[in-house]
Amino acid sequence: MPESNGGYRGASYELLSAKGISVGDSIIIRTSDSEVAGLLMPRYESAGADHIVIKLKSGYNAGYEVSKIREIIKVPAQEGHQYQKLSNPIVASQVKDTLPQLALISTGGTIASKVDYRTGGVRAALTASELYSSVPELARYASIEPEMLLNEYSENLGPEQWTLIADKIAEKVRSGKYSGVLVSHGTDTMHYTASALSFALQNLPVPVVLVGAQRSSDRPSSDAALNLLGATIFAASSGLTGVFVSMHAGTSDDVIACHTGTRVRKNHTSRRDAFESIDASPVALIRGDSIEVQNPHPTGQIAVKNKAAYSVTGENFTARTRFDKRVALMKFYPGFDPSIISWAVSAGYRGIILEGTGLGHVSRACFPSLQAAINSGVLVCMTSQCIWGRVRMTVYDTGRDLLDMGVIPLSDMIPETAVVKAMWALANTKDLKEAKDIMQSNIAGEISRSIPI
Amino acid sequence: MATLDLASIGLKVGFEIHQQLATKTKLFCECSCSETDKYGYAFTRKLRPTQSELGIYDPAAVFEFKKMRTTKYYSAPGSSCLVEADEEPPHEVSKEALESALVFSLALRSRIVDEVHVMRKIVIDGSNTSGFQRTMLVANGGFVEIADKQGIKRVGVQTICLEEDAAKLISDGETAREYGLDRLGVPLVEIALEPISGTPEEMVQVALTLGRLLRASKRVARGLGSIRQDVNVSIQNGPVVEIKGVQQLDQLAKVIEHEAKRQHGLIMIADRIKAAGVSLEQIGDRLEDITNVFSQSDSSMVKKILSDKGAIFKAIRIRGFAGIIGFEPYLGIRLGKELGELVRFYGLGGVFHSDELPGYGIDEKQVKDVRDRLQASSRDAFVIVGGRQEIVEYAIQAIIQRLKAAMAGVPAETRAATSDGRTVFSRPRPGAARMYPETDIPTIPVSESMLEPLYGLVPKSWEQEINLLAAKYGLNRKLAEQVFDSDYLALFEEICSSQKADSKIQPTFVASKLTEDIVSLRRQKLDVSSLTEDMIREIFERLARGVITKESVPLVFEKLMKKEVGSVNDAISALGISVLTDAELDKALDKVIRDNMPAIKQKGMGSIGMLMGRSMAALKGRADGNRVNAMLKEKLEKLLASS
Repeated sequence: MPESNGGYRGASYELLSAKGISVGDSIIIRTSDSEVAGLLMPRYESAGADHIVIKLKSGYNAGYEVSKIREIIKVPAQEGHQYQKLSNPIVASQVKDTLPQLALISTGGTIASKVDYRTGGVRAALTASELYSSVPELARYASIEPEMLLNEYSENLGPEQWTLIADKIAEKVRSGKYSGVLVSHGTDTMHYTASALSFALQNLPVPVVLVGAQRSSDRPSSDAALNLLGATIFAASSGLTGVFVSMHAGTSDDVIACHTGTRVRKNHTSRRDAFESIDASPVALIRGDSIEVQNPHPTGQIAVKNKAAYSVTGENFTARTRFDKRVALMKFYPGFDPSIISWAVSAGYRGIILEGTGLGHVSRACFPSLQAAINSGVLVCMTSQCIWGRVRMTVYDTGRDLLDMGVIPLSDMIPETAVVKAMWALANTKDLKEAKDIMQSNIAGEISRSIPI
Repeated sequence: MATLDLASIGLKVGFEIHQQLATKTKLFCECSCSETDKYGYAFTRKLRPTQSELGIYDPAAVFEFKKMRTTKYYSAPGSSCLVEADEEPPHEVSKEALESALVFSLALRSRIVDEVHVMRKIVIDGSNTSGFQRTMLVANGGFVEIADKQGIKRVGVQTICLEEDAAKLISDGETAREYGLDRLGVPLVEIALEPISGTPEEMVQVALTLGRLLRASKRVARGLGSIRQDVNVSIQNGPVVEIKGVQQLDQLAKVIEHEAKRQHGLIMIADRIKAAGVSLEQIGDRLEDITNVFSQSDSSMVKKILSDKGAIFKAIRIRGFAGIIGFEPYLGIRLGKELGELVRFYGLGGVFHSDELPGYGIDEKQVKDVRDRLQASSRDAFVIVGGRQEIVEYAIQAIIQRLKAAMAGVPAETRAATSDGRTVFSRPRPGAARMYPETDIPTIPVSESMLEPLYGLVPKSWEQEINLLAAKYGLNRKLAEQVFDSDYLALFEEICSSQKADSKIQPTFVASKLTEDIVSLRRQKLDVSSLTEDMIREIFERLARGVITKESVPLVFEKLMKKEVGSVNDAISALGISVLTDAELDKALDKVIRDNMPAIKQKGMGSIGMLMGRSMAALKGRADGNRVNAMLKEKLEKLLASS
């Protein structure tokens, strides 16, 4: 690894270190045809090594090529821009202690952040006071106690982190201090974590609400504030318990949808309303202050609770937070090579979730490999790549053949939920029969009894 | 009242020209740049200042935010997509747009940066769905050469930036603003010039020269709103006031002059405040709720405000200010007026102040009550503001701040140009730069190999372009200049090139209609924007088909610009100017001859000139002059021969 300084490397790094200049210093650069003054800015690691970046007095950044620089000098720091503070920031201690108390566990993705206009850097707003000054309306609904657990892009969160997050939530729940737990999370894999928490934490006495942002919170147009507000209102006063995901219901900044943790999926790369409930309507819509409950949980696990009973540790609350990551999610496609299945078996995988076509099919060519996998004790389950709808493997010959082989149909379980559930099931039992039973029983709303028209 | 000697007040003017580029796509997506008035899907958003942003604006941004004003955006298929909706990251910077900015930088001998960085400039008024405008510095330094009386003068270039245009404001209500997304993301080149001194006319010359240079490149959009000038005006090295939205060059000199006068007036007012020996603490040192003093008022203005639920009136005492708020060093320049403009920003109608009271239906007794409440002496002034309580509280803080600023003369602020050449307050000037990097777009290195092919695209000089244009279309120089400087150069060339070889429509005719006639109608305060390019095309197409006559063209322009009709067809039928058939013309000329028999008998063929004039007047452009002349001559010869 080359030594680096604010992302600089190669020629630019050498020039800066020779002159003893570091990021944030006021500098003047002279080239054969110009002179510019400004602050040295950090450089993205991915950008080339031949330029140094200066923030000019006008606020613009511009890059100057190292080979053209005749002279670079460090000058005494200019007086920084003075930013006036908000006249009366809300400090945590002022928030009414009669309000419901919520824990906010952050795992990454900045749900609240501050822009440093001097360097252009964005950093997470981590303390409660910073959170309130970022989203002042929060203080009307709840007293929030933030805690940073992880700081990762969500693609880096996997089974180990699910365990960590689930244990942390269990700790908060068992403390009896909180009416609910919010989890801020990068959006890419938020639905996997939501599923994981749904299985790991059962009979929750309080709501656990995952919340993220499709537009980062350093932008005035960020969806973070409204998502967080919706999650807070829901967690503080819906009276529903379980694991949920709270995000924009549409592109407008008006309605927040709260989804069941096992029924939600990220269905768009970038839109605010990327998260949708599959084969179900959202549990609730939050419009302004009001919570419109749409769909009380299909398994009946979520009880409308007496508000006064909040902050009581649930008697039946269980936390089984381990996952076995030896489960593969395989999407079948025309031309799919069955040796991938054989490879997974030889690599020690204990479970395979197939994302089949239509009602739950894979080509005949896969049959021998699948049969071999099942015979060797691998849990093989079928979901559909159609995303919406149920697998029904008795309609066509292919489906019937797969059933006969021992492939387990997973009804309308979302493939992503299925893989998480299999990891959880296999971590909690060594008995394949029991694992199969777990996969086919509805534990956290992952299987719908009926799909609304 | 004083008269102003502009030369003596150290007037300095800096220009920022914002020119839309004629690119095929927008700056950060593949949508078309064409504007529309037909919109489809709409959605709403609420912007909130990012955290450190909250502190910068006081009290304006916080107020805007507290109002939690909703912004409604209308999309237009083809000219907006998920990028404009802020639902998809920006695509790469349009190569075509970047090339244009680089070509202009070369033309102005500006130092191009080695690596372009896209920045986000925070704008939370809703005009950008993202809450910021994406902008990038392309070059700094360089100069533009201006011909003046002493020869060639150089005006320095500060910066050349490439940025995205804002959404188009459709309506601005109390609780919601509406924007069209079609204009959002259209590439703009912003060229900022060094502040210069000179007469307003010389400054107009600067803007004109720069505009011509851009147009000569043939890379810029034309038409209404395609070029906007911001003008930064200061006097006596005082703070800079930024004036936005000067659309027409002929308005520019007037705006500069008005603003110079306003600033000088404010300095004269400041001198008077100093002479009165007022200290900062004496401004707004006492506030009183005077709602009950006004509750029985007969003033219609007061009644109207109080009819709003929860409305209150508050009075602010300003010690030692008697006579100052109403003091008018130049016509129309008063602190009172400044305060009125200021509170309008908060959605209030205006203020009352002691220098104009009693008045507006507020009587002597009420004025005395207010004075008593405030314990104000005859040397003190007061300002009264009414409306919804929370708004009044904000407005009071803003008024006190504005009056304190008056002691120093001119406050730095952003103002808007009005169509009659004045300027009005629009918002406090943003303090420090509110910019941070647009991390969604990689930086763009500008290499010599990228610039190499662009040198050949540097526009010719305006002089050369005019000569070429004049030669190509056989125009005289003046007409060539007028067409080139107008919004219609492209349309002119299109109309001329679409004529058949035997067309009677000469380029000179087209040019004069598109310049002189339209300018003269605009001077009559008619709305140019209601005469669209499509309409103009249609009018010339009708002319080519002989449906209307040359004489009718300006009449149709006028009818459309007066908005009396909505289409060329309707204009033609409303004017009754479709060309007469031979039979109709025959009948009409017979009547003219009948009516003028005595003169014909007397003058014989010599009466033809007079008859021609009468005929043309009677026909009101419904027949071509040559045709009338020929038919009239034939009739007259026949008549005279038979008698």
